[in-house]
Amino acid sequence: MQGAGPAICLGNDIDTDLIIAGRYLRTKDRSVWAEHAFEDLDPALAPRLSGSVIVAGKNMGCGSSREQAVVALREAGVVAVVAESFARIFFRNAVNVGLPVIEAPVACTDGARVAFDLDGGWVEVDGKRYPARPLSEKMVAILRSGGLVPYWRSWR
Amino acid sequence: MSTLSEAILGAPAGEYVDREVDIAFAHDGTGVLAREALREMGVERLPHPERLRLVFDHIVPANTGTTATLQAELREYAGVSGIALSDAGGGICHQVMGEGVVRPGMVVVGADSHTCTLGAFGAFATGVGATDMAAIWASGETWFRVPETIAVNLSGRLSGAAEPKDVALAYVAELGMEGATYRALEFVGDGAAGISMDGRLTLSNMAVETGAKTGMFYADAVTVRYLADYGVTASPQAPEDCRYERTVEIDLDDIVPLVAVPHRVDTVREAEEVAGTHLDQVFVGTCTNGRYEDLARFARIVRGKKVAVRTLVFPASRSVLARAIATGVLADIVDAGCVVGSPGCGPCLGAHAGVIGEGEVCLSTANRNFKNRMGVGGEIYLSSVATAAASAITGVITVPEVV
Repeated sequence: MQGAGPAICLGNDIDTDLIIAGRYLRTKDRSVWAEHAFEDLDPALAPRLSGSVIVAGKNMGCGSSREQAVVALREAGVVAVVAESFARIFFRNAVNVGLPVIEAPVACTDGARVAFDLDGGWVEVDGKRYPARPLSEKMVAILRSGGLVPYWRSWR
Repeated sequence: MSTLSEAILGAPAGEYVDREVDIAFAHDGTGVLAREALREMGVERLPHPERLRLVFDHIVPANTGTTATLQAELREYAGVSGIALSDAGGGICHQVMGEGVVRPGMVVVGADSHTCTLGAFGAFATGVGATDMAAIWASGETWFRVPETIAVNLSGRLSGAAEPKDVALAYVAELGMEGATYRALEFVGDGAAGISMDGRLTLSNMAVETGAKTGMFYADAVTVRYLADYGVTASPQAPEDCRYERTVEIDLDDIVPLVAVPHRVDTVREAEEVAGTHLDQVFVGTCTNGRYEDLARFARIVRGKKVAVRTLVFPASRSVLARAIATGVLADIVDAGCVVGSPGCGPCLGAHAGVIGEGEVCLSTANRNFKNRMGVGGEIYLSSVATAAASAITGVITVPEVV
């Protein structure tokens, strides 16, 4: 499973409140979450998300179990999220909604070209290759299906 | 020899296992999405509805037409699927599950990050997202990576004005917000026996603030006695001589009132250092500190006095509220001029009641002080109930006295 896009660089400890604020959780309209993604971090970020790869530092997605955080990014067109480390529920939620997550410590510059290959186990930033922490077989299978819902439908 | 997580999940750390779950619950926020995912999965019938629970706690009572409609859909689904529902006013999912539902040795998943709270009973309890929850409803099982375990070794005894919440802030500060990512915490040592069940729930609750999957206590005489009050017979668990990845030492004798300052849970100061900080709101409640013991402690401090700042008290469950009424604790709280809200999460997540305004400062007994969580442009300090009570009376952050 491969993909690529321009990097949007974020810091450490980006919490789920910053990804999608509690005040936008009173709906099941996914476009609302995409529209307000990262609003409290930087209101200018949402329009840039489509086709991008988010590159964060440590503990990406810490905090709430709110799946709206990963749905917001996927709906906004984020190709993948690369981080030095992830909060575990965010990581698992991303796999479940079919948003590739790659654990690798990379040097990031805004706009750098990020490419990844989940099967090859690597991520490249402006041509520099980094090894990615391997996912379990099940996680790869779920991601390859496009998320847990399509995975379920294909297996049951 | 196994850690408690390894013993319950039945495999050594690092392995992936599929496990049936004993209890799985979602709330009004995550339940709506789980229901959607279930619909998309094409699942009609649930194999084990008796293991499942829906608890309305996040935005209760409903604050808008949209929220009310979403809750109505979920309420109807509970009826047709056979999932037991705790409706608005019943209380916070983790508290409701802690009132005789969860038992030692169970595998518990909740579609809420603070499900780790229930590790206090010696259960393997962890948070998942909504789609995971849908698959668990549909199959009765899920997969886990068995976590490595960090021991938090408690020695000594709390004294002075320090509370279990101060211990929680101390270990979060020690480990940091990602110090236990993908791991389990086990609260062990001689000091654990001296901590009440309500206090253990507070300690386990904040495990996720270090990135941990769960925060567990071994069931002991305290656990057995607590569960007996709910008509549940449980046996103590015997700790094995296991190998921990790391041990963090906490001497309870050294713990003093602490405060987490904006906007990080692991940025913790002694309350004395931030004493005098102006407050616009004090909030007592949540799955961290909305239990009866908390309300009783708060009432003891504010009894016969008046609060100097708007102070919101939200009991964690209906049974907590009922007990606070029966013992006169609630009357003391109301007489002191506090606003009492319906049992539930309340202002914690900034979704409805008690939102703070631009530039306002709240001292909260909750577990998170992330930027804008309780309202855009506001600041949140986290403290124990005693610190919150002393501060409510003065209107500024105040070090509590021994009561």
